[in-house]
Amino acid sequence: MQQLLLALLIGGLFGFVLDRIGATNPGYIIKMLNLTDLHLMKTILAGIGVASVLLFGGLLSGLVDVGHMSVKTAYLGVFIGGLLLGAGFAIAGYCPGTGLTAAATGRWDGLVFVLGGLLGAAAYMGSYAWVKSTGVLEEIAGGKTTLGTVEGSGYPALMEGVSGEAVGLAVGLVLILIAFALPRSLTGGRAIEPAE
Amino acid sequence: MPLNWKMGGLLLGAVFFAAVLLVKPIGVSTQFVILDGIVWNAVDPGVVTSSPDSKSGYTSSNAYLNKSGGKYAKSVANPLNYSFVFVIAMMIGAAVSAVLRGGVPGSERDMPAIWRANFGNSLIKRYAAAFLAGFIVLYGARLAGGCTSGHMMSGMMQTAASGYIFAAGAFLAGIPIALYLFRKEA
Repeated sequence: MQQLLLALLIGGLFGFVLDRIGATNPGYIIKMLNLTDLHLMKTILAGIGVASVLLFGGLLSGLVDVGHMSVKTAYLGVFIGGLLLGAGFAIAGYCPGTGLTAAATGRWDGLVFVLGGLLGAAAYMGSYAWVKSTGVLEEIAGGKTTLGTVEGSGYPALMEGVSGEAVGLAVGLVLILIAFALPRSLTGGRAIEPAE
Repeated sequence: MPLNWKMGGLLLGAVFFAAVLLVKPIGVSTQFVILDGIVWNAVDPGVVTSSPDSKSGYTSSNAYLNKSGGKYAKSVANPLNYSFVFVIAMMIGAAVSAVLRGGVPGSERDMPAIWRANFGNSLIKRYAAAFLAGFIVLYGARLAGGCTSGHMMSGMMQTAASGYIFAAGAFLAGIPIALYLFRKEA
């Protein structure tokens, strides 16, 4: 029961924030990807950076239970799947989470995207055995690896012996700095709103 | 008008952190599979069955639902689980935010202005593209084992190698395709 209340709380906040940062608007996603307006890119980079700093700061201070980390396996299909997702992301201006939230805000093309997504997921369920037989699901880069060694996580590291917490804090800060350094537009296009 | 990126980034980061602090990292795309499974199992009962021999207590005739000890099969059998409720709550949160800011303008509800500027007003064209894109995106997300939330945000936040590999793929395809398709500004 407590888990479900947390799901309602964190999920609700996540959806609210996605809408407020403009991620439910496919126009902003497309303008990010065609580089005319990088406002959303700055938001995303800053978001990952802030989350990283809080997470690794929390691990170092003992606030965060390392058992809550969940690192996904690296395999060739991650890259191929990323390419496919990127292609559809550019065509529609939606990814799975923003498609669902956009549909919830009353965007009909978002709902159509979700229906296509349900069929795509079903197609994957149907072709899973074949995909697996091709070998693209075999792990690469050590599988569930992080950059440095995160104490107590049990995950292998690309840089074994280097503090994963320190690396995480540093990478988080770098992402925040990139968010600051990134220009509003790489094409001189019209921005969504005047830069501050 | 979206939030300024500094405030938006802070809030987004805080939510992703809260999720891992209190429960586990955020992910969305798996729930498309779970919903498919729920529908499939409703139409054809027996796709998911309880099994004391399976690690999760459930097994499926579908190899994908049955993988990792039937953990997806278990979620299909019990939709009131954290991850599924999370995604429903996410939709409610976005709807509440949209209502509070006055809703999505009527002209935007079928397609964004930048689509109109490049491909015209045809509903069929936009819906066909959105449907096809949805198909590709979710097929890709399941192949990758995660999406923008699970791999890019949650993965990179944890310095996961898989997160960087996924993000590289997504932008390597997304940027050139968007540059090619959307040449006219809205």
